[in-house]
Amino acid sequence: MSAVLFFIAAIFALTGAIGVVMLRNPFYSVLALVVHLISLAALFLLLEAQFVAAAQVVVYAGAVMVLYVFVVAYIGGADQPLGSGAGALKVLGPIFALAVAIELCIAMLGSALEGISSKGAHLHTTFGTPRDIGRLFLTSYLLPFELASLLLMVAAVGAVVLARRRRGLEAEEDEYEYERGIVAQHRPLYTGTNAETTGVRRHVALEAEAEAEREHAGSTSRPEGGW
Amino acid sequence: MDIGWYLVVSALIFCIGAAGVLTRPNPLVILLCLELMLNAANLALVAFSRMWGTAAGQVFALIVMIVAACEVTVGLGLIVAIYRRQLAINVDDLNELRG
Repeated sequence: MSAVLFFIAAIFALTGAIGVVMLRNPFYSVLALVVHLISLAALFLLLEAQFVAAAQVVVYAGAVMVLYVFVVAYIGGADQPLGSGAGALKVLGPIFALAVAIELCIAMLGSALEGISSKGAHLHTTFGTPRDIGRLFLTSYLLPFELASLLLMVAAVGAVVLARRRRGLEAEEDEYEYERGIVAQHRPLYTGTNAETTGVRRHVALEAEAEAEREHAGSTSRPEGGW
Repeated sequence: MDIGWYLVVSALIFCIGAAGVLTRPNPLVILLCLELMLNAANLALVAFSRMWGTAAGQVFALIVMIVAACEVTVGLGLIVAIYRRQLAINVDDLNELRG
């Protein structure tokens, strides 16, 4: 029974992995990765790792993939031809991967580890339960646990800093022009924004008047100031 | 099933992911392929944890998942920043830091 389940899950995991690499649309790649992750969770269950399997489904297939889908939808996953990149890597990449696969298989076949060809050690009843994992996290592996929380916080702050709107990178001037040109024209005088009441920014109509005056003054004074 | 079968699946997934990182030009898909490679490592860790009968490998796998989540967050933030600057979402074109 476990052998049948293993082969079903393994075939789905490998199909999902191949789908991630081969599908042209990034959106379908993300969906293939979801299939891959869920079948990997089934493999974890077969290995008596209940908590890891649950975390895989909830955190990975749930939260992280939603993040991916959001970004793909934001960017607009355009179809890209396979291997449209540099020519050398297009050929060398699969060859390299095949070489690594063969080498790993040789390493595993020639391994002196006797446990590899067994079904694993005898287990105590709480193996892989949240209780077991939690006890390990709070006793033997307390430092990695705390470091992981620190890392998550740094990553969250870093992502916000990276993805925020920045002066100079954006079309902020365009927005200002848009407001001056369209929004502000249909607005009566002195009903503007806080920026106008505090004197940071003048009303558009006043500014236009001042500009016209300045121009007028400039045009009249130029002959005197010149030559 | 023998532990070796799980390790073979893990090795195959890792190689598929490596091939994807090398061949695909889209950084989004490259991030997905990195996920594949990290998941292959996770499968190997959990398989070895089952082999020895100690849960330490599962703790390691969970830490790897946390690191992968951080990597995804920062990577997707970078991709959004690239998109905002209206550059091509293509690693072959984004080569100004190549030296």
